[in-house]
Amino acid sequence: MNTSLTGKRPKTLSLKENYALLTRGLGWDTTYEPMDKVFPQDKFEGIKIHDWNKWEDPFRLTMDAYWKYQGEKERKLYAIVDAFQQNNGQFNVSDARYINTLKLFLTGISPLEYGAHRGFAMAGRNFRGAGAAIAAQMQAIDELRHAQTQAHTISHYNKFFNGLHDYTHMFDRVWYLSVPKSYFEDAMTAGPFEFVTAISFSFEYVLTNLLFMPFMSGAAFNGDMATVTFGFSAQSDESRHMTLGLEGVKFILEQDPDNIPIVQRWLDKWFWRGYRLLTLVAMMMDYMLPKRVMSWGEAWEMYFEQNGGALFNDLSRYGIRLPKYHEVAAKEKDRLSHEAWATFYNYTHAAGFHTWLPEASEMKWLAEKYPMTFDKLYRPRFEFWREQQQKGQRFYNNTLPMLCQVCQVPTFFTEPDDPTKICHRESDYRDNKFQFCSDGCKDIFDHEPEKYVQSWLPVNQIYQGNCFRPGVDPTVPGFDPLLEVLHYYGFHVGEDGGEFQDSPDCKNWERWTGKPGAAA
Amino acid sequence: MSVVALSPGYTGEIKDRVENFHGKQLLFISWEDHLMYCAPMCIPVPPNLPFGALTAEIIPGMYVAHPDTPKIDWSRVVWLRTGQVFAPDPAKSLTDNGLGHKALLRFRTPGLNGLNGSGT
Repeated sequence: MNTSLTGKRPKTLSLKENYALLTRGLGWDTTYEPMDKVFPQDKFEGIKIHDWNKWEDPFRLTMDAYWKYQGEKERKLYAIVDAFQQNNGQFNVSDARYINTLKLFLTGISPLEYGAHRGFAMAGRNFRGAGAAIAAQMQAIDELRHAQTQAHTISHYNKFFNGLHDYTHMFDRVWYLSVPKSYFEDAMTAGPFEFVTAISFSFEYVLTNLLFMPFMSGAAFNGDMATVTFGFSAQSDESRHMTLGLEGVKFILEQDPDNIPIVQRWLDKWFWRGYRLLTLVAMMMDYMLPKRVMSWGEAWEMYFEQNGGALFNDLSRYGIRLPKYHEVAAKEKDRLSHEAWATFYNYTHAAGFHTWLPEASEMKWLAEKYPMTFDKLYRPRFEFWREQQQKGQRFYNNTLPMLCQVCQVPTFFTEPDDPTKICHRESDYRDNKFQFCSDGCKDIFDHEPEKYVQSWLPVNQIYQGNCFRPGVDPTVPGFDPLLEVLHYYGFHVGEDGGEFQDSPDCKNWERWTGKPGAAA
Repeated sequence: MSVVALSPGYTGEIKDRVENFHGKQLLFISWEDHLMYCAPMCIPVPPNLPFGALTAEIIPGMYVAHPDTPKIDWSRVVWLRTGQVFAPDPAKSLTDNGLGHKALLRFRTPGLNGLNGSGT
């Protein structure tokens, strides 16, 4: 195979030549139709590109090499997942509460992997530069592989635990899953440059350590080797995605000074949207991992305030500053996880995973990690709830919450300078009122109200009568609308949500493993 | 510019127009310093509902598990509409009290500041 027909050994291409031929070498300028008609979506955002050849993929990855490396990785990954399944690895995790972390991640984040696949496929189609198009296409395939491997994980855990039986159905309907869903759909419905700035840079470069680090090291700490293996496999892709995010943003900034204010606005917006999404991670780290890695507050300081600070120092030579409201995130770091967990404790009967009260040793850890806030602001509610629970009156909130028009999280966040007062912000637009959780979300709305008036807010949709199964008659006597909503979500009522201690998951765990459901 | 879009003049459908709520409107209610109930409540109400029905039944029913709820002295409550203090007339409707679709009604109960005064 190494000799040509003439018997001469062909010249081996250098990596650089190979990359040039398999990227730019595959592109051409169209002549039957004007380029602007073939690529209609890469100008309306206002981004000006003068020379697409300046796009540099630092990995110089080409399709032939891609198949080879990824094929090897997949074989190893599936061999380990197979071994995990055959050895009943799911029973080696720290305790059954941990599984709820997985449920939240697998139902909330895995569909985003598929969303990313779609988004990068569209970006790949819409960039007229061949280098950028091919990088986006390869990332689209990465994301599809990640969605697939996570579907295998879901399939395995679903055999033993509740709440994972129909994650794609739930993703399009359930109130808290609308938070990641709307985040991603916001990015996908923007133009290709905003999409890559949002996902490749703001999420994958700036914030990803706050998602993957706690999730993967949390999995390792808690004995979940299936997730750890997936993490290692995905990590080499993630580092490529991160580098592309950074190189992509630098490329845009270097092409034209007019691009700078546009990119800055996107960085402000997508920092804030990504940070609001990470609220779920904050509560996972501080409340849901039976063995904790580090606190959310510590993670924020290390991964955003220090590492992110250094990154934005580097970008200052382009005229880019730290994202707006980063100081609000810093003020919220001592309260975010507590406020979020309390919210899911309020509404866990309408969720697809369980909540519980932190035990005495866990409250001690929380008080040590959050000396300024925990004992004063959050311990009283947990102690009151414990008393109620011991009396057989587990507290549930039976009225639906107000949601933020932009991030779609219940508006539980408190004023930046007063952790005892809910932060309320409001806008009037086209004779309607819109409510927000923060200045960050209000700014996003006020800049593009025509986009966010269309938000599908789960609570408001329920009250419009749009969240019942087809054929259900809400006028029959005794109709319970909120119970019907849970059926519409596809939940198994009484199994998937509610208090952990009362759950079939907890009882099954004790029966199958002989270990307590919640190891103190 | 109210949206960055491919088509000039693009507009979006307002998903939560009052017409979509079958004769009702949404009201958001927030009890300050009682964060055991984690976020403001969202309820559908008829626009002609007398304000007094909120204090007589609806609000106590929503916050039923809070030990401060039976202690509320409604004559001392401070009401806020879009962040501004106002004096509602209990006999008049929500509309006549200036509470339209998706209005936010906040209230403070002086002397009642949550579990052990912690704001929860």
